[in-house]
Amino acid sequence: MTERMDQIFVLLRQWLVGFLPEAWQAAAGVVLSVAAIVCLFPALFALTTVFERKGLARIQNRIGPNRVGPFGFFQPVADGIKSLTKEDIVPISADGVVHFLAPVVLVVAVFMGFAVLPMGRNMVLVDADAGLLFFFAVGASTELSVFMAGWSSRNKYSLLGAMRAVAQMISYEVPLLLSSVAVVMIAGSLSLTKIVEAQNHYTWGLPHWYIFTPWGLAGFLMFAIAATSETNRSPFDLPEGESELVAGYHTEYSGFKFALFFLGEYLAMFSISGLGTTLFLGGWSAPFSWLGWVPSWIWFFSKVMLSIFVFIWLRGTLPRLRQDQLMNFAWKFVLPLTLTNLMAAAAWRFLGDGWERWVVCSAVLALAYAGLGWAEMRRGHFGPRSYRYAE
Amino acid sequence: MSFVFYILAAITVAGALAAVTLKNTVHCALALTVAFAGLALLFLELDAQFAGFAQILVYIGAVAILVVFAILLTKGSETPKDGVYSRHWFSGLVIAAGAFAVLGWAVIKSGGAVPRGPDGTPTVTVLDIGNALMSRYVLPLEIVALLLTAAMIGAVLVAMHEKEEKK
Amino acid sequence: MLGEGIVKGLVETARNFAGSFVSAERLTTVQYPEERIAPIEATRDFPFLVYDGQDWEAGMRCVACQICEKECPPKCIYIVKSTDKKPDFVGKPQFYPARFDIDISVCMSCQICVEVCPFEAIKMDTEFELSTDDRFGGLLHDRERLARSNEYYHRIHPTEADEVDARLAEAKAKADAKSTAAHISAAVRGAEIPARPAGGGD
Repeated sequence: MTERMDQIFVLLRQWLVGFLPEAWQAAAGVVLSVAAIVCLFPALFALTTVFERKGLARIQNRIGPNRVGPFGFFQPVADGIKSLTKEDIVPISADGVVHFLAPVVLVVAVFMGFAVLPMGRNMVLVDADAGLLFFFAVGASTELSVFMAGWSSRNKYSLLGAMRAVAQMISYEVPLLLSSVAVVMIAGSLSLTKIVEAQNHYTWGLPHWYIFTPWGLAGFLMFAIAATSETNRSPFDLPEGESELVAGYHTEYSGFKFALFFLGEYLAMFSISGLGTTLFLGGWSAPFSWLGWVPSWIWFFSKVMLSIFVFIWLRGTLPRLRQDQLMNFAWKFVLPLTLTNLMAAAAWRFLGDGWERWVVCSAVLALAYAGLGWAEMRRGHFGPRSYRYAE
Repeated sequence: MSFVFYILAAITVAGALAAVTLKNTVHCALALTVAFAGLALLFLELDAQFAGFAQILVYIGAVAILVVFAILLTKGSETPKDGVYSRHWFSGLVIAAGAFAVLGWAVIKSGGAVPRGPDGTPTVTVLDIGNALMSRYVLPLEIVALLLTAAMIGAVLVAMHEKEEKK
Repeated sequence: MLGEGIVKGLVETARNFAGSFVSAERLTTVQYPEERIAPIEATRDFPFLVYDGQDWEAGMRCVACQICEKECPPKCIYIVKSTDKKPDFVGKPQFYPARFDIDISVCMSCQICVEVCPFEAIKMDTEFELSTDDRFGGLLHDRERLARSNEYYHRIHPTEADEVDARLAEAKAKADAKSTAAHISAAVRGAEIPARPAGGGD
């Protein structure tokens, strides 16, 4: 029975596809899975917008939207109707084709990332051998759409915002990849299903998730920081925070195209949370071995929603980072720590089983963190600013 | 030579043609990105997963961004006044043909070094690539890494040097 | 250490989040328009004209001296003086405003008209739900709309209204004492006692 609940979507797909002739079944199965992803994640996006507004509100001592529907949960319907019926303004000097394609490229690239996430046992759309690489490849394509949006608007503030966003995304791309490389090293494969399989073992009821190892915890924290920055999320949301203040790369977009950018950002949040869950939190495996009867997809989505709540929590807590502070942080703190993490993970592998590897890896990582942290906090010297072009 | 191959080849060639004939340089860069994407899909169609994904990650995710940044930070974004066709097209054609000949010869000759599956098609997994990079090709890898580091340090020095001068 | 501040901040916001479900201190939202907070006494929104007694036309304190019209910074008051006179609270015949319009889309609630009025005729109201969909005259309040009784004034600004009433009573007493003195001195001098005019608006 639990087996059937676990595999219910797979069985459902097989049953539906069984109605078609033999030759079409494989393609139809793929189409069904794609349709499921395309319907499910935007629905989750709608739910997340309400959760975010109400969560942020509660953190800020107020109630969020509570007029539309029970406790305000139909607010995304109102928002959707609003964004669909708004006039679509395109500046007359804007580059029409590129302006139109930018949100399309963003949403397409982000949706492609969902193809390799294992959302449950046997529930991957594409079980690629190099699944992790595919994910990062399409993630890198989102930067191109940001640039296209900023450039095609023919607005210097848009372009500036787009440049900053691209610089930010590129800088944090490196720690993102390097912290995942540690996982790949230990798991021995780039395939996400194999990584989840490697974490699906239990010792005394506790799981072998990588977050419960010293290098895994450090890696997860850095992955989380880099993920927050990749999706332009607070406290790294200067590109979109600017649009509240001055401008940003999606200034000249209105109506549905803006909604597509918004959708793209939240979906990117979902997919990168899904990746973080797969790499560090054990994907669809249950936290305790005696909880294995709960379907695997419930665990996956609970962990993803938990990550989303942490994102919302961070947004409500931290002030925005300035661009140069952000870049300093990436190159001078996160990157060296990621490299140290890689070496700690290698040491973990080669020291073999036992208590020594816990002590050595924890000591090395704690020392690196404290040392780099001390070096970063030391730069409190606020002297007179020097300008490169103004003098 | 399946149907999918023809579509992908058409996309790649169209992108490359657009990249050399369009007037607006940023449009050219974006068309070049389409050509890169077409190439990546061709790699994937040939079941070379690592090459395809690395093509997307490196070329579309980094090189295309680099190209557009370079265009924007120089005066390249203005449309050229005297057309995009140069007077020395014949020498360009000769050089391109020469490069193609060298690369083609290298590719054809390398056919023997690739591990093949039971039906004769080459099967290269990520593991094989990793092993090769770390054992047989480790010297080129380290030289390339050194070159990239030198480029990065050079860029930082050039940027920093201006600031020192202005002080 | 690096990260300490962030952790403290996260703990604080978590406390806020959890506390907002249980304690009123951490959820200070008032669900307007179902719930309202009572305004404090010194609230001021837009001016209104005070009248004594029941009849707003007869009891209006305003004598159309037009000082408020001249002092108003955005010039949102428009007064047309009447051609005849009617007696005020002391008994003296005074002009009254035939038109008294305030454009509340222009009024900036600076209270200067209240401060300069010598007759305590214009005071600040506390009503703010004045939005209307009539874009051509809906925000131009005329004399009838602006007139509010002295009882209303007592209700919205009790302390102020008491002070104003005390001042007016004092002025009336002084005026009565002066006219009584005038009567007595006239009687002493043997002049004709002038008829006491009917006291208006007490």
